[in-house]
Amino acid sequence: MQKLTNRSKVVSQKDMSFLEKAYVPAILSGMGITLKHFFKKKSTVAYPEQERSFSPVYRGRHVLKRDDKGAERCTACGLCAVACPAEAITMTAAERQKGEESLYREEKYAAVYEINMLRCIFCGLCEEACPKEAIFLTPNITPAYYDRQDFVYGKDMLVEGIAPEDRVDVSKRQFWRDNLESTQKNP
Amino acid sequence: MLKVTIDGIETQVEPGTTILQAARKIATEQPEHSHLVPPAMCYYSPLEGSGGKCRTCIVKVTQGSERDPRPMPKPVASCQTQVMDGMVVENTTNPDLLAARKGVVELLLINHPLDCPVCDQAGECHLQDLAFAHGASETRYEEERRTFERIDIGPYIQLHMTRCILCYRCVYTANQFTDERVHGVLFRGDRAEIGTYIEKAIKNDFSGNVIDVCPVGALTDKTFRFRSRVWFTRPFDAHRKCDKCCGKTVLWMAGDDVLRVTARKDVFDEVEEFICNECRFDHKVKEDWTIEGPRSIHRHSVISANKYKAKAKTVV
Repeated sequence: MQKLTNRSKVVSQKDMSFLEKAYVPAILSGMGITLKHFFKKKSTVAYPEQERSFSPVYRGRHVLKRDDKGAERCTACGLCAVACPAEAITMTAAERQKGEESLYREEKYAAVYEINMLRCIFCGLCEEACPKEAIFLTPNITPAYYDRQDFVYGKDMLVEGIAPEDRVDVSKRQFWRDNLESTQKNP
Repeated sequence: MLKVTIDGIETQVEPGTTILQAARKIATEQPEHSHLVPPAMCYYSPLEGSGGKCRTCIVKVTQGSERDPRPMPKPVASCQTQVMDGMVVENTTNPDLLAARKGVVELLLINHPLDCPVCDQAGECHLQDLAFAHGASETRYEEERRTFERIDIGPYIQLHMTRCILCYRCVYTANQFTDERVHGVLFRGDRAEIGTYIEKAIKNDFSGNVIDVCPVGALTDKTFRFRSRVWFTRPFDAHRKCDKCCGKTVLWMAGDDVLRVTARKDVFDEVEEFICNECRFDHKVKEDWTIEGPRSIHRHSVISANKYKAKAKTVV
């Protein structure tokens, strides 16, 4: 019969021996491959116990910073929300009352500030837009939850604590942000 | 008709027209040249006598007229200078003039608190736009800025004197559209401030218009104070039957809530028809209004952020 193409191969269908029929060489070569992997370097880490090192500019979950005296920096100006490409941020502003000066830095503050972590793409534009240096992205990652509602982070999850040990160090992000501004000014 | 050339664009205007009005005529007829209109912080065409105070509208007149072609020695305020036949004006094409305007903006910002993140006017503030377009990004001013406590003018209007640039627009509005003016500019020079006699409430029907004419956040709507940001609300053209005014307004809505009612403004951000206080403050429910449709916002304005015109495709 004439061949249709010159790429066809002739397949031999010779009879297998008894050992081959009992899969012995195939099992042995498979075991060999498995055995070889025992001595290779692992490509995974045992996550909760062991953590990978993060890049200094890693963008993880957000923090709302307080100033040196412990007052919230955020003034609910809405620039983070308007800069957010995923529209993950919503807020409601309120007016600071007399006697709350130690709690909020400006005369207006965010009564409700929510970030939907399922929407957030961790691009860092909110941090770049913030005129008050209030929001920063930290190297912490957002844990997994069973309920979608748990991913909507309110102020209880975002604002850092007043005590010195509860403060979140953002000096690396701040350095990056300051240098970003200077490179934009003098390219 | 007089012939005038602004930035190389020629137009014919009536005698008595100012350079600013001629530039606006060019922008209206040929919208592609709208960038040549000088900015104006104090001039407001519906208000008689306004203008000549802020000096942001300065232009260079390189040829006074056909008969006397000498240039004018200094930049002139275009809102006050009338056009002569054969006048040649440079605005955006003159780098010296742009530098001078930058200086004017810096002077306007000397006592300005720069509290835009807190201010309710942010997003539709003329001083913000002006500083963005013409100003420097950093301040050189090191002295103490003058500060004032905020003042309640009646139940609806909030006065932040710190933000005021003394354009006198609100004073002219109160003079020309209300029966009895109770606020004005007190003191002189760098101490001048908008004040009311013993903080007397403004009760006139059209007093709310001072909010719309204020180019900065000095006079703001107290009922809208900190409610939302301008760019989170959606503007809709709406009207209602009103026996005091035309009833044509813009509703700034969030969902079904009417957060703020303002008068309609034209392309030069001037109020088309002034509205009464009843329309502005007392009808903040959707059912009181006939909504005509969404108001078109310039796509470079921050107010247009996160607002979509195209219909979303259905996801299969």
